[in-house]
Amino acid sequence: MNTVVRYLKSLLLLELFQGLGVTMRHFFKPKFTIRYPEEKTPKSNRFRGLHALRRYPNGEERCIACKLCEAVCPALAITIDSTQRDDGSRRTTRYDIDLFKCIYCGYCEESCPVDSIVLTDLLEFHMEERVERVVSKQQLLAIGDRYESQIAANRERDAAYR
Amino acid sequence: MMLDMIPDVILDLAWIVIKIVAIILPMTVAVAYFTYAERRVIGFMQVRMGPNRVGILGFKLWGLAQPFADVFKLLMKEIILPDNSNKFLFLLAPMLAIAPAFAAWAVIPFNDFLVLADINAGLLYILAMTSLGVYGVIIAGWASNSKYAFLGAMRSAAQIVSYEIAMGFALIGVLVLSGTLNLSGIVQAQSGGIFDWFWLPLLPLFVIYFVSGVAETNRAPFDVAEGESEIVAGFHVEYSGAAFAVFFLAEYANMILISVLTALLFLGGWLSPFQGVPVLGDTFLGSGSIFWLFAKSSIFMFLFLWLRATFPRYRYDQIMRLGWKVFLPITIVWVMVAALMAVLGIVVKGG
Repeated sequence: MNTVVRYLKSLLLLELFQGLGVTMRHFFKPKFTIRYPEEKTPKSNRFRGLHALRRYPNGEERCIACKLCEAVCPALAITIDSTQRDDGSRRTTRYDIDLFKCIYCGYCEESCPVDSIVLTDLLEFHMEERVERVVSKQQLLAIGDRYESQIAANRERDAAYR
Repeated sequence: MMLDMIPDVILDLAWIVIKIVAIILPMTVAVAYFTYAERRVIGFMQVRMGPNRVGILGFKLWGLAQPFADVFKLLMKEIILPDNSNKFLFLLAPMLAIAPAFAAWAVIPFNDFLVLADINAGLLYILAMTSLGVYGVIIAGWASNSKYAFLGAMRSAAQIVSYEIAMGFALIGVLVLSGTLNLSGIVQAQSGGIFDWFWLPLLPLFVIYFVSGVAETNRAPFDVAEGESEIVAGFHVEYSGAAFAVFFLAEYANMILISVLTALLFLGGWLSPFQGVPVLGDTFLGSGSIFWLFAKSSIFMFLFLWLRATFPRYRYDQIMRLGWKVFLPITIVWVMVAALMAVLGIVVKGG
């Protein structure tokens, strides 16, 4: 009897139709795909993207050339030269980050005593020449100026957990 | 007299060529969009989007220009001739694959008068043409001088020989009920309503014919000839550029051919399902037209994609078992049943 039932089942293709039913159900399901440039997944406020150097609200750059970030950087991506400015404060003359070396670990941001070097949540950047991978102090400050509100907002949201 | 004859011959020839182009061109476009439909349908069944980017002039158009992008990419690529391959056969194989796939369309009746060659032995011609395609596969596998290609060709040959038999017997059932080898005649023999079509009295043969057709075209779940997880791409592993495109075209043309044939032989071809129904029967929907043939064949074309998205590949010995130990006995039995139905007058041809 069991044999007969088994033969009938396979001859009527029942299991095959079950399988076809599964795929047909999925055919009409909403798709998981994010259509990237138009749609984006939400980003954490701790997202570690492109670097930036911040300024104080009065326009003075925060970096005091303590070189903690240079020391802590595990990939040796940061190069800093410093000098004494006319007003007696120590400032950087050179602050280069090699984006090819950087592993986006965020140690530089954690080590910074004045919250100068930060990782923004920008991830859509590119370069067309190899030399462009080294981002200079001016470029980093420019990024910081441009996205200051965004950077500050992300720091604000994360403040309670620091 | 001579002057009159020569233009006539040329005119006839030109007329035939025009008819051939009128079939081949839409078919090529259909193949192109069938590949798009495949990627899209399988994508949807895997809960993703499929190609939806490539459009024209900045308009995305749901990726409708994707097949053209694919074709132009393939045509511009280099055709690599492997070392120690048989150059002549290597380049002959794709043509051998595509020629029968196109030639078979000559006898397909699109409606009661639209047919390129209304020959008496149309069904035999179809059977011959669909079997000829395997030579392209075998020669490709042999000429490539590659083990993977050779394995794929061997598998394909054994599989097609096995399923050819079941397919032939399924067609004998159709022959018994229709009493003619002419494809238009077979469709006419099914006239009546939806229940006069041959799918009902020949249900097992209908299923077996379509499944054998899937096996004949080396499509999933019978695609051991390609078997990308075991033998990379099977018989066309060494092909690139335009030569590969031709194989690709042949495969999809064969799929469309099998779909149209199944619609013709078992679902009444161009006949309307509403034929004889009181109100609908008198409208446009009730009369047989080429659109019904397209609608019916697109069901099977969709089924090809649906099957591929659903079932895992058969193991080689399972394919052989299914062909010889399941399909063959069932078809032989059902041919007899069909003969009995014809003799006892249960199925009367022409409704």
